[in-house]
Amino acid sequence: MSMAHLVVQLLSGLAAGSVLFLIASGLSIIFGVTRIVNFAHGSFTMLGAYLTIDLIGRLPDGGFGFWAAVGLAALVAGGLGVLLERLVLRRLYRSPELFPLLATFGVVLIVQDAALALWGPEDLLGPRAPGLTGTVLVLGLRFPVYDLFLIALGPVVLGLLRLVFHGTGWGTRVRAATEDPEMAAALGIDQHRLFTGVLFLGSALAGLGGALQVPREAITLQMDMATVIEAFVVVVIGGMGSLGGAFVAALLIGVLQAFGILAFPRIALVLVFLVMAVVLMLRPNGLFGRAEPAAGSHQALSQGSFAPPGPLARLVGGIALGLLALVPLAANDYSLIVLTEIFILALFAASLHFLLAVGGMVSFGHAAFFGLGAYGAALAVTGLDAAMLPALALAPLAAGLGAALVGALCVRLGGVYLAMLTLAFAQILWSIVFQWSSVTGGDNGLLGIWPEPWASGRAAYYWLTLVLCAGAMLGLRRLVAAPFGYALRASRDSALRAAAVGLPVDRLRWLAFALAGALAGLAGGLQAFAKGSVFPALLAVPTSVDGLVMVLLGGLEALSGPLVGAAVFHGLETEAMRGTGHWRLLLGAVILAMVLVCPSGLSGVVGRVAARLTGSARRP
Amino acid sequence: MSRAILEVEALDAWYGAARILTDLSFELRSGEVLALLGRNGAGKTTTLRAVVGLVARRRGRIRIADREVAGLPPYRVARLGIGFVPEDRRIFSGLTVQENLEVGRQPPRAGVPVWSPERLFGLFPALAGLRHRPAGRISGGEQQMLAIARTLMGNPAVLLLDEPAEGLAPRVVDHLAETLRGLKGEGLALLLSEQNLAFAGVVADRVCILEQGRVLHHGTMAALLADPTPAHDHLAL
Ligand SMILES: Nc1ncnc2c1ncn2[C@@H]1O[C@H](COP(=O)(O)OP(=O)(O)OP(=O)(O)O)[C@@H](O)[C@H]1O
Ligand SMILES: [Mg+2]
Repeated sequence: MSMAHLVVQLLSGLAAGSVLFLIASGLSIIFGVTRIVNFAHGSFTMLGAYLTIDLIGRLPDGGFGFWAAVGLAALVAGGLGVLLERLVLRRLYRSPELFPLLATFGVVLIVQDAALALWGPEDLLGPRAPGLTGTVLVLGLRFPVYDLFLIALGPVVLGLLRLVFHGTGWGTRVRAATEDPEMAAALGIDQHRLFTGVLFLGSALAGLGGALQVPREAITLQMDMATVIEAFVVVVIGGMGSLGGAFVAALLIGVLQAFGILAFPRIALVLVFLVMAVVLMLRPNGLFGRAEPAAGSHQALSQGSFAPPGPLARLVGGIALGLLALVPLAANDYSLIVLTEIFILALFAASLHFLLAVGGMVSFGHAAFFGLGAYGAALAVTGLDAAMLPALALAPLAAGLGAALVGALCVRLGGVYLAMLTLAFAQILWSIVFQWSSVTGGDNGLLGIWPEPWASGRAAYYWLTLVLCAGAMLGLRRLVAAPFGYALRASRDSALRAAAVGLPVDRLRWLAFALAGALAGLAGGLQAFAKGSVFPALLAVPTSVDGLVMVLLGGLEALSGPLVGAAVFHGLETEAMRGTGHWRLLLGAVILAMVLVCPSGLSGVVGRVAARLTGSARRP
Repeated sequence: MSRAILEVEALDAWYGAARILTDLSFELRSGEVLALLGRNGAGKTTTLRAVVGLVARRRGRIRIADREVAGLPPYRVARLGIGFVPEDRRIFSGLTVQENLEVGRQPPRAGVPVWSPERLFGLFPALAGLRHRPAGRISGGEQQMLAIARTLMGNPAVLLLDEPAEGLAPRVVDHLAETLRGLKGEGLALLLSEQNLAFAGVVADRVCILEQGRVLHHGTMAALLADPTPAHDHLAL
């Protein structure tokens, strides 16, 4: 490749990086004051893009129409940010990190369905920017003027943001409230109003970023998650709370993507992730970040002590298990299929519950390990001609190994870092599986993963699943009550105190992460043989979110929660699929309702009702 | 005599399930300094925080200039004229000295002194040369001055100070006492949490001695200094 080509590619990367900076700066500002990673940020970018195309069609042709559309789209995005703050975020500033993450993901789902309904499933192409349609010659090659405009826009926006935060009373108050919200309030600062303003500014930047993409590339319904992950990576690399850092990191990522696509067209995202991993290993607070205050204002997700079950619970559990074992004698094939699916989901949810509630680690990419297990088993069958049992044994092994690798990088970080890093990792794994079709079958998946003859009957496979899932879940339950479980809970409740009494906190968390991954992998392996096939969707973000929803539905404070959650979730999904096409809308609404109204899940509700019936008083 | 600017009546407060304050009552007039004295853990800080609205669970009546504020969020209480200077100062360390002052700025209020950065630099000359310095990089004594100055920017009618002299060099303490007496002279009401009778003795007109969250003794500072028995009984002297 010639020098000229390299320079053009570099410039093109800088232009993309500039847009990414606009979006990431918004995410960073919002995270700075609210301590919330707002998934809906990517949705605002996507909406900004769609709205721009839509508005350009309604406004008069020419420069005015185009730029008015861009401005309006940004304003609408800002307004939606305000709505989000008022209706959702405001109630979640102090709740455990998982809740705002999930709630804003619920918004993502709702916006996706709305965008699909409004603008249809096809990618949209917008017009080019009037007045900036030409090209200039760079070392003899043509380069779009519009990209030059974007390259110039980045520093201008950075300068303006600096001016706002360092040169205005409002910006100064935002910085003060970011540093110490309580003291700011004691000085008469209305935090909520300030935060609403921040959400407006940040979301408008997201919308503007989306709007400015219109002349550059096709607008798709997948833009939202891709954008928010990239923006988060930028914020992490640059250092939380550093706008200058976000600027440098955005350009870095833009350029890296531009060259990465040339060098490894299929896995450019992996390159980005690797850079982030290296940066985090060398500088845990990012390139320009300062050390974060150790404890945020977020409550712990669970303080549950998960005492071993009493004799009554054991008896009930034993009877239930016995009855489940007898089901195939009476039930039809359909019920057996449904129950088999529920067991598998329950194991997946239980492994995630272990990670969340016992380990105190929020993973947003647990499906990666479910999928690793499923693909591990499937590849063993299709590639190595393995029999079912060895393939099933390989599933937790592959997933556990994967989890050990990912965990080594991220358990140390904890909090939202962990959530977003696991998400990023799952996305990467998904893109590898999706792209590497010679091995994984790509979008077509791998077919013909059937059980061996002895287990191929519905009843036989049901029993096999029951034994493995119940065994794994009981084992997990034992482990929680064993010294390892105690130590893990101690690390969850106070890492400092646990370390002070000599517990190897990071190693405990790492082991727990690997174990949770391995069990999710076992569930994935069982899933592969239950369906006879595996598809990339198994390790996509929605699967991870399904897991979180099941755990939350069932309730975090009870070890039986995942089972209940899986059953209810399966029922909901089946009903919704039958009833309406709007599964995402429904799921988004369910998530919002759960997080905002009933964060303790079904077991929490049952517990409260039981407490009221037995008359035990609860303090306000 | 003028009416009380701050009235606290039958105040109870809890941290979680633990009851920290029980049936606390006192009042404060403009131009008066009341010292809350008590040992470690007696509930002085909790009293101040409860008045400002920073204690989540509390019960009782808190009136400022006859206006009930007990249910209001802290920022509303502050805007009604209660200024709080916490024990650990809570300077915004990433902001400059000048910016810290700007954060405290509120509109002027009738009947109370109005402050500006210039006036405050006059009151605390040590800060004047540091305006553009990040507040995280000034000395502890300067931070205490800044904390008071920042709260004064809100033009409060009542100033709550939590152990302001703690950890300061004797010369700085003298200057601080001088300053507080000046503020009192301007008509501000001061509520002071103190363990140190010597400092309180120079500044305060009246005292409340707290123990385990209850008022055990109420009287003038002059009487306490004349007969320090209650102080000997309830303070670690
Ligand atoms: N955040 C908190 N959570 C629970 N208990 C608290 C909290 N803060 C204070 N306490 C308890 O409340 C009681 C009163 O504390 P407070 O800080 O009001 O005392 P104080 O008189 O200011 O003491 P000191 O002279 O040490 O500052 C103490 O028993 C203390 O342990
Ligand atoms: Mg105190």
